[in-house]
Amino acid sequence: MSTIFFLIGCSVLVAIVFLLAFLWAQNNGQHTDLYTPSIRILMDDADDKQTTEEQFPASK
Amino acid sequence: MAILTGTTCYHCGNDCYTEEHQKDEKSFCCTGCLSVYTILSKSKLGNYYQLNQHPGETQASGNKQFAYLDEPEIIQQLIDYTDEQKTIISLYVPAIHCSSCIWLLEHLYTLHPGILENRVDFLKKQVYIQFNPQQISLRALVELMSSIGYEPLISLQDVVKKNSRQTDNLSKKIAVAGFCFGNVMLLSFPAYFGLSETEAKFGEFFSLLNILFCIPAFFYSGKDYFVNAWQNLKVGVLNIDFPLALGIFVLFVRTIVEYVFNTGHGFADTLTGLVFFLLIGRFMQQKTYYHLSFERDYRSFFPVAVQVLNEDGSEKSVALEKLVQGDRILIKNQEIIPADAILLKGDALIDFSFVTGESLPVSKTLGEIIYAGGRQTGSALELEVIKPVSQSYLTKLWNNEVFQKQESTKIKTFSTKVSHYFSIVLLALAFGTLLFWLPQDWRTGLSAFTAILIIACPCALALSTPFTMSAALSILDKNKFYLKNTDVVEQLAAIDTIVFDKTGTVSIAENQGVIFKGQLNHVTKDIIYAACKNSSHPHSRRICSFLGHRNTVAISHYQELTGKGISAIYDGKEVLIGSRQLVTGQKDGKQEFPEVHIKIGEQYIGFFELKQRFRKDLNQLLSNINKNYHTYLLSGDSNQDAEVLQSYFKSPSHLQFKQSPQDKLNFIKEKQEQKAKVMMIGDGLNDSGALKQSDAGIAVTDHINNFTPGSDAILDGSVLHLLPQFLKFSKSAVKVIHISFGISLTYNIIGLSVAVTGQLSPLFAAILMPLSTVTIISFTSLATHYMAKKHQLS
Repeated sequence: MSTIFFLIGCSVLVAIVFLLAFLWAQNNGQHTDLYTPSIRILMDDADDKQTTEEQFPASK
Repeated sequence: MAILTGTTCYHCGNDCYTEEHQKDEKSFCCTGCLSVYTILSKSKLGNYYQLNQHPGETQASGNKQFAYLDEPEIIQQLIDYTDEQKTIISLYVPAIHCSSCIWLLEHLYTLHPGILENRVDFLKKQVYIQFNPQQISLRALVELMSSIGYEPLISLQDVVKKNSRQTDNLSKKIAVAGFCFGNVMLLSFPAYFGLSETEAKFGEFFSLLNILFCIPAFFYSGKDYFVNAWQNLKVGVLNIDFPLALGIFVLFVRTIVEYVFNTGHGFADTLTGLVFFLLIGRFMQQKTYYHLSFERDYRSFFPVAVQVLNEDGSEKSVALEKLVQGDRILIKNQEIIPADAILLKGDALIDFSFVTGESLPVSKTLGEIIYAGGRQTGSALELEVIKPVSQSYLTKLWNNEVFQKQESTKIKTFSTKVSHYFSIVLLALAFGTLLFWLPQDWRTGLSAFTAILIIACPCALALSTPFTMSAALSILDKNKFYLKNTDVVEQLAAIDTIVFDKTGTVSIAENQGVIFKGQLNHVTKDIIYAACKNSSHPHSRRICSFLGHRNTVAISHYQELTGKGISAIYDGKEVLIGSRQLVTGQKDGKQEFPEVHIKIGEQYIGFFELKQRFRKDLNQLLSNINKNYHTYLLSGDSNQDAEVLQSYFKSPSHLQFKQSPQDKLNFIKEKQEQKAKVMMIGDGLNDSGALKQSDAGIAVTDHINNFTPGSDAILDGSVLHLLPQFLKFSKSAVKVIHISFGISLTYNIIGLSVAVTGQLSPLFAAILMPLSTVTIISFTSLATHYMAKKHQLS
């Protein structure tokens, strides 16, 4: 039965780790802008070797 | 030259009227758009055009001067951080609207090596830029951004909002409280299900852990309630924080005492749950519109600096507040005159629409005083400042006591009123029970006393307002009505008098309502269009948009006759467009509307009548609210629209014209002294005083990115006709709060009837508290959305 003490200790420790991770992220400013990163991830980095012609196809 | 039908600008998507601006087989509407494209294509930033079609904004309007950004004093006020190697600045760029904008602004560094890093915050429309001040100056940076179509809006007041630390702390507090709450719940279950003799040591261990979890929830997460309650007590106010703080405190003390004396399980779960739910409620109440500001004064509207002429004729940028009497300032076309000044040189044609609502520009002669806030249209002016900025005619308004007062004088919210009585009744009941039990059994007495304070802790009461209001706010938000905070809903509900401003609020002085009296054929239309196209006068612009897009015909000797009109030569014939006096030689008579007369050669063609257009459904709107409200109209304009407008209002005396900003403020004050609750609806700087003085000030705007004066709420002009629904909805929202107060009081009474006997079990408290909370949250959200449906708000 005494394993319960150990297990509860473990579970509380794990919970504390997650809490600290959240607080760290908060302090780090990771939650200040929740919208822009969702757009940013969709944009590819431009390939510098691309020619201007490739980048600027003529409009219809 | 033929017009290109169906050709849109590759950069901004506007229609192209000429073939002049072309490059790489792409058409552009103006040189501005073309040059942005050229810069981007040279720097291989063409991806900008790949992400979205026509991502740019039109660059047709002229460039601004950024000379003031060389002044170290001004730079100092704008930047966030600087050292030898780098400077960090946050700039507000209103043009940010799509993913292309983000992409381009985050690739600024490819345009200049001095730019180290940049990041866009899309919702706030801000760019954070790190640059090396050795390599690129702030002015060069801003000019670079301006050249690619992203001109930052620089103002010394509140455009870039510093990230408020408080919201960050709130989410941290919620995280800690939630963490404690979850763990305590888990550890409390065994106690509720009953522990056998052999498991007793577990019970003790769990209780100890529970106490440990209570400590951060109490001291860190719950701290604000004690601070607030104490601050309010000091000024003699019993608000909702007082019973809350008392409840939290008693819960904590009793939990510890029960553990130490081993008399029970304690209330750790109720305590942590209470703090957690309360903080959630507080979080709901905080709604921030990053792109809107409700606190603007004249400083946002005025430029940051003006060009001052030194004795030797050289120019220097001087920050507005440094401007002193006697300074000679230079005002260029489309610039705002920042202080009352005397005209020394130049043709002044001042557009005061911004200050008075009057749509016609006024011409001024040399030596005349020009009041601050006017915008010069035409050539550059030289003026001598006679009063510093803060003492000028317009800005003096902000020295009025209304602007010094704290917000607390506005209508008291229902919750503040109720919690006052609630606290008194609660204390009386608690002490009454204590006194009743003391002679018989002090233990039961003390236990009943604390039980009352615990069970009556108005958690549900404290949550009903935030949850109803945040639901109401998001509904209004969807309908383009943006409220400063949740209290405004209650202010709206209490209103009985509505005061409208005219120009910009009930009327739009734009391209409609133009009537031509006379005969127009295609040729004359082309000629008029060609002449008016060159002029930036509002009348010319309205005429141009009335005529639509015409063929461009060649005209020569184009000339603007200040305050009169324009003249030009077409095909050897003189073209005169302008006032009656200029064109026909007759005196300007009494006119109902501004008129623009046309003469080509010797032939008088006719005249344009420029009516102001009223907002859609204005008639319906006013007849609707006339039923339940007193309505008034205050206009800075002359009474040219009086006849049309009178029919909308109950009596002609409810319309007042030629009102100065101060008059408007005084009018509202007068009504308030007669015990009226006044709502002011206005749009301009000239309404600022009235908006501030009123019980609910609403700023109307046609473009949400435009600056609006300080107000309690911002309403998109296109939904002004929904105003009656908004008002009814706010009343319903207040009704929902009343009902939910009733529900939570019922829970309190059930709890209290148990608590007075002193037999409050932790399990009972632990069930009752979350149950009442969940009831209130679901009731308020459902009821508010139902009310929105009922009033036909999406």
